Amino acid sequence: MSIEVQNITKSFGNFLALNDVSLYVKTGELVALLGPSGSGKTTLLRIIAGLEEADEGSGPVLFNNHNVANSKIGDRGVGFVFQHYALFRHMTVFENVAFGLRVRPRETRPDNGEIRRRVLELLRLVQLDTQANRYPHQLSGGQRQRVALARALAVEPQVLLLDEPFGALDAKVRVELRQWLRRLHDEIHLTSVFVTHDQDEALEVADRVAVMSAGKVEQFATPNEVFHKPATEFVMNFLGSVNKFRGQITDGKVRLGGQYIMDVPENTEEAKLFVRPHELLISHKKTPNSFNLRAVVKRIHSAGARVRVELETHSGDPMTAEMTHAMLSDLNLETGQEVYVTPCNIHVFGSDEHSLEE
Amino acid sequence: MFRRYPKSVLPGFRISMGLTLVYLSLLVLIPFAGLILKVGGMSWNQYWSIVLSPRVLAAFRLTFGASLLAAGINAFFGFIVAWVLVRYKFPCRRLVDAMVDLPFAMPTAVSGVALLTLYKRLGQAIGVKIIFTEWGLLLALTFIGLPFVVRTLQPAIQDIEKELEEVSASLGANRWQTFWRVIFPSLRPALITGFAMAFARALGEYGSVVFIAGTSLPIVSIEIVKNLQGGQEDLMVAVAIATTMLIASFVILFCINFMQVWMNRRYNDE
Repeated sequence: MSIEVQNITKSFGNFLALNDVSLYVKTGELVALLGPSGSGKTTLLRIIAGLEEADEGSGPVLFNNHNVANSKIGDRGVGFVFQHYALFRHMTVFENVAFGLRVRPRETRPDNGEIRRRVLELLRLVQLDTQANRYPHQLSGGQRQRVALARALAVEPQVLLLDEPFGALDAKVRVELRQWLRRLHDEIHLTSVFVTHDQDEALEVADRVAVMSAGKVEQFATPNEVFHKPATEFVMNFLGSVNKFRGQITDGKVRLGGQYIMDVPENTEEAKLFVRPHELLISHKKTPNSFNLRAVVKRIHSAGARVRVELETHSGDPMTAEMTHAMLSDLNLETGQEVYVTPCNIHVFGSDEHSLEE
Repeated sequence: MFRRYPKSVLPGFRISMGLTLVYLSLLVLIPFAGLILKVGGMSWNQYWSIVLSPRVLAAFRLTFGASLLAAGINAFFGFIVAWVLVRYKFPCRRLVDAMVDLPFAMPTAVSGVALLTLYKRLGQAIGVKIIFTEWGLLLALTFIGLPFVVRTLQPAIQDIEKELEEVSASLGANRWQTFWRVIFPSLRPALITGFAMAFARALGEYGSVVFIAGTSLPIVSIEIVKNLQGGQEDLMVAVAIATTMLIASFVILFCINFMQVWMNRRYNDE
């Protein structure tokens, strides 16, 4: 089932949580709403679910082009998974999952044998069939979240909504569970939206990522695109660390240290140049036909899969470069050395914080 | 004998443990032990003949019955009061909230007099005798037990996560199902505690009961006081009743406590 929200605005008192947001999620897609806290991502998810109502004058919430803005959560056919699981702690795992079937009106309620069959099938799907008779407090965090997922799937929802589903888990379990969620989605192809503030999680799991900030969607695109072609300064900043430079504009051309970077529209006043640490090259000699910046190596962090080198320019501005261990040993870098730094991929943003690239 | 966590950062284990023991002994253990010793002075035959006498049996029956009923009524209405106080915002909510404590804070004799004057008139007006009857007794016991149920339930209701109700609604449960299947079970331990406390309070109530139910009805606390005023023989009757009451209350509270521990083990994290 496709999900579409149009021109949704939501405020809590004076705080504007969502500011005229529109979004279209295709059938069978797994979409991440990514943003810092307070960006409105959870509010958007709750409006899609029907747990929250959009302000007067907002557009519709469409499921398969059918407006559900006025129907209650129970009638929308959504499965909702909370960050803190929200399991019924006085019920066994089995009863938690069976809940949605047991509360159905008598006419549509499956008989006990059918409920049993379906619950056990779901527990197998989330790999918890051996834990059916345990209580939630006897399970680990990852297991609890899988019970919550099975419980949401038991009502055969058309849409699965997850609010920070891995937020309360340990780092290692998080990674395992998100990979597992991706595989599960590839199996059952349920239209899903999940909220996260962790960019790795969003980029790894989702088909498309909606990056949100201050109640707006900054960019809605594939993980590749938001990472490599950030539409705004915010997206650039939020998805990993950046080095910032200020470009000079003359005659509609942006230059960095005299080196031509790109053409910009006539009336552009300001150009902010961003370079990711892994796109900053360090060498002992000047790179021809390129912008070269003199800098001193301040620190080398080599504990990790990649090496991070902290540098400082003559004017005292800090910079960070990232490279492989092989590159580091080729360069023979030492702290205190003077080196040349050359960016190999520059993202340019104007004063309105939007990208100036095509 | 005493197990202590090794190298605790908190000082003063010995002195605080010692204080606890002395305090509890002086306040609870020694008076009770005295009572038991006193009853030890009589033979089994004497004891049983007192405890099984018709008047005393009737007193036990009425006192336990009325206390149980009063605690039950309080569990029901107290639940509603606590729910309303936590879940709804309305004018004078704080005032109503403070009112709940009145039966607690007022001297029981004052409550008794207040109830007496009110229900004497009311009874006359509607032509039903309330005061000096079992109804009066029930009324007084219900009155004094209310705060216990409300005050134990309030924090429990406050603690219910909004998400539990939301998830229940998302799974298609209506409000009624959400209440019975999700909310009520999580409040059950608190409700049982409140019920037990109201019950225990009602069992021993004297001050208000003596005004509104009078001294003619067989009521345990009043029987004890009446017999205390008599001679040596009557004193033994009072002691025998008191001891039996002590043991019965202890057993009941122990059972309720045990039930709670069991429920907590089952559903909660350590």
